[in-house]
Amino acid sequence: MSRSLTPVNRVGVEERAAALGRRSIKTTAKREGIRLATSMIDLTTLEGSDTPGKVRHLCAKAVCPDPSRPELPSCAAVCVYPSLVGVAAAALEGSGVAVASVATGFPAGQTSLKVKVDETREAVAAGASEIDMVISRDAYLRGDDRTVAREIEAVKEACGSAHLKVILETAELPTYAHVRHASELAIAAGADVIKTSTGKASSGATPGVVLVMLEVVRDHFERTGRVVGVKAAGGVSTTKAALHMLVLVKETLGDEWLTPDRFRIGASSLLNDLLMQYAKLDGGHYGRAEDFSKE
Amino acid sequence: MATVERAALRWDYAPAPESRDAAPLKPRYDLFIGGSFVAPTDGTVVETRNPATEETLAEVAFAGPGDVAAAVDAARGAADGWAALPALERGKYLFRIARLIQERARELAIVETLDGGKPIRESRDVDVPLAAAHFFSYAGWADKLQYAFGGRAYEPRGVVGQVVPWNFPLLMAAWKLAPALATGNTAVLKPAETTPLTALLLAEIVQEAGLPDGVVNIIPGDGSAGAALVRSEVDKVAFTGSTAVGKEIQRALAGTGRGLTLELGGKSANIVFEDAALDQAVEGIIEGIFFNQGHVCCAGSRLLLQESVAEEVVRKLWARMERLRVGDPLDKNTDVGAINSAEQLARITEMVEAGEQQGAVRRSVTCALPDAGYWFPPTMFLDVAPANRIAVEEIFGPVVSVTTFRSPAEAVERANNSAYGLAAGVWTDNGAKAFEVASKLRAGVVWQNTYNKFDPTAAFGGYKESGFGREGGPAGLAPYVRLGG
Repeated sequence: MSRSLTPVNRVGVEERAAALGRRSIKTTAKREGIRLATSMIDLTTLEGSDTPGKVRHLCAKAVCPDPSRPELPSCAAVCVYPSLVGVAAAALEGSGVAVASVATGFPAGQTSLKVKVDETREAVAAGASEIDMVISRDAYLRGDDRTVAREIEAVKEACGSAHLKVILETAELPTYAHVRHASELAIAAGADVIKTSTGKASSGATPGVVLVMLEVVRDHFERTGRVVGVKAAGGVSTTKAALHMLVLVKETLGDEWLTPDRFRIGASSLLNDLLMQYAKLDGGHYGRAEDFSKE
Repeated sequence: MATVERAALRWDYAPAPESRDAAPLKPRYDLFIGGSFVAPTDGTVVETRNPATEETLAEVAFAGPGDVAAAVDAARGAADGWAALPALERGKYLFRIARLIQERARELAIVETLDGGKPIRESRDVDVPLAAAHFFSYAGWADKLQYAFGGRAYEPRGVVGQVVPWNFPLLMAAWKLAPALATGNTAVLKPAETTPLTALLLAEIVQEAGLPDGVVNIIPGDGSAGAALVRSEVDKVAFTGSTAVGKEIQRALAGTGRGLTLELGGKSANIVFEDAALDQAVEGIIEGIFFNQGHVCCAGSRLLLQESVAEEVVRKLWARMERLRVGDPLDKNTDVGAINSAEQLARITEMVEAGEQQGAVRRSVTCALPDAGYWFPPTMFLDVAPANRIAVEEIFGPVVSVTTFRSPAEAVERANNSAYGLAAGVWTDNGAKAFEVASKLRAGVVWQNTYNKFDPTAAFGGYKESGFGREGGPAGLAPYVRLGG
């Protein structure tokens, strides 16, 4: 069966997304926005050089981003490779910060379904309550939507009670219409959250891509009443970019979606920029980068 | 390990008002005649007000008949010298004006918003940059006119009288002055009664740019000053405003041999087909009718929806309307500002009441509106009969009337079923359909998958009762010259 795409106009999407980026977020709105963005972060490390020590440091930072500012909330989750889930789970126990893990042959997804499912089960068994899977772009670009859906369904089943975030890797999808279509496909196959990117591709969560995905989630909610979350990952590394994301959410889905249950930002370096900007609101001047620990 | 609560956070934008200090106003602005600011001889001095607060902003001199004559005389006196100037030199003056507009952009944007009520977002991002762009664009044309007229000989008209409306005060002044000056004419410009300030700041810029005295004269005034100007010994009249006044001007000028271009009202159709990108179409509908509170001659005030998607589009449009931020025009996050004047508010209110009485279903956004000033909530009308006044007459406010159609042919027929023909929008992802429909629409501007996009290189103007003559691009030069062989 040939694929039918709902049209999305590139110029219109990017114009709207850019217009929302010009909202003026100052004073109390900036302060609250930084706190909100902090609470939505999936603090992420996905490097070949990750060690248990680094992950433990990151976990401590996710729980208490800045010990000198206790009013700043914890991050939503820490996101690691499956082999480090156990370390993160132990470090985060009782903190309210979730353990998320990429699985399914991240970031390329070029492994068999069996391997993907096994990897998912392993991560969940080790203590991950959230799984970030990648769709098979290979199948999607061939037009084999059925395989893409089947894989999502299988991984969803392997998740058990863990939440499933489905990464579309939008940089590898040809058009916004495909972003929309793939979002709908992932939602229909059982995604709890749709996520833009792995962070390993040429671009990540651009405002246009996030806007289109938010619109899909809004339309799906209006049609079915089912809440699906969105995760913007990749390239959201500044406070300005994070606040832009919050504006997109607020003006597309409304205030109800401005919670970590429904919107996440996957990032590693963003948190320190948020902390620096927050400190500037108090002190009137920027701190030094070395005032904030990297992990 | 200490844990930190993730409190239930709520988030709204804090007030983000643009600073008025960046635009200090003088207590009084005089007439700009012959290169100087002069007090009126037989005119009056009136207060200009902020329509968002009703506070007085400044006193402004209004021209009387003698002042109009003096301005025309000044322009006449400067005409030969200006026309004789090498074209490249004329172009340099226009470049200088354009750059000075950019230098004073923030101030101009703030004053435009204060005097007219439009959101600062628009005056900052649209009105002022476009005004500068028009001067830049026509500055480039000044010494290349032979290419605009296919090699034919040309000479300036002489003295032009120009009357501009209150909805885009600075931008309309730029639209009028830039092509007139580029082609070697001198000008007398009358800004609108309720919004004279940015035109007077433009007069300061003209002075600062060092234009020869009398080349540009700017005389605020009411309708009587405009009427006097268009009946003066000018060689060409350019008017943007209502169709009723345009008709009067055309009557007055008949048989005089004077040039005339009219850019008048509109009731433009915005047509959404079932195969359009609907979320972006909704944005275009919003832009089409709520941009500048709908005080736009080419506003997409008649929304034509293909029946198969009408319900969905209306639902999305309403949800989007409810998110519009209506209020303080100086706030950088305001989407919809104040209605330009008490008079215009009364006109909108009257039309909306008539629409309801004639059976259309009204839906207005419920939003907190300030106590002072002139406000009207974003409004849509459903089930609008084609003969309903709101489907026929120009409202010039934030009010869109919605009707449906079943086929492209029916859409074209309905769109063209209007006394006006200024603009139209066509929304479809099907390129062939877009071009076919556009070619059949009797409208001066047809936007495809967008709306209210303006560019100094593109011609703008109407069919039928929306006027004649074009502004913008090379076509906008033609009305300001006499062509020889």
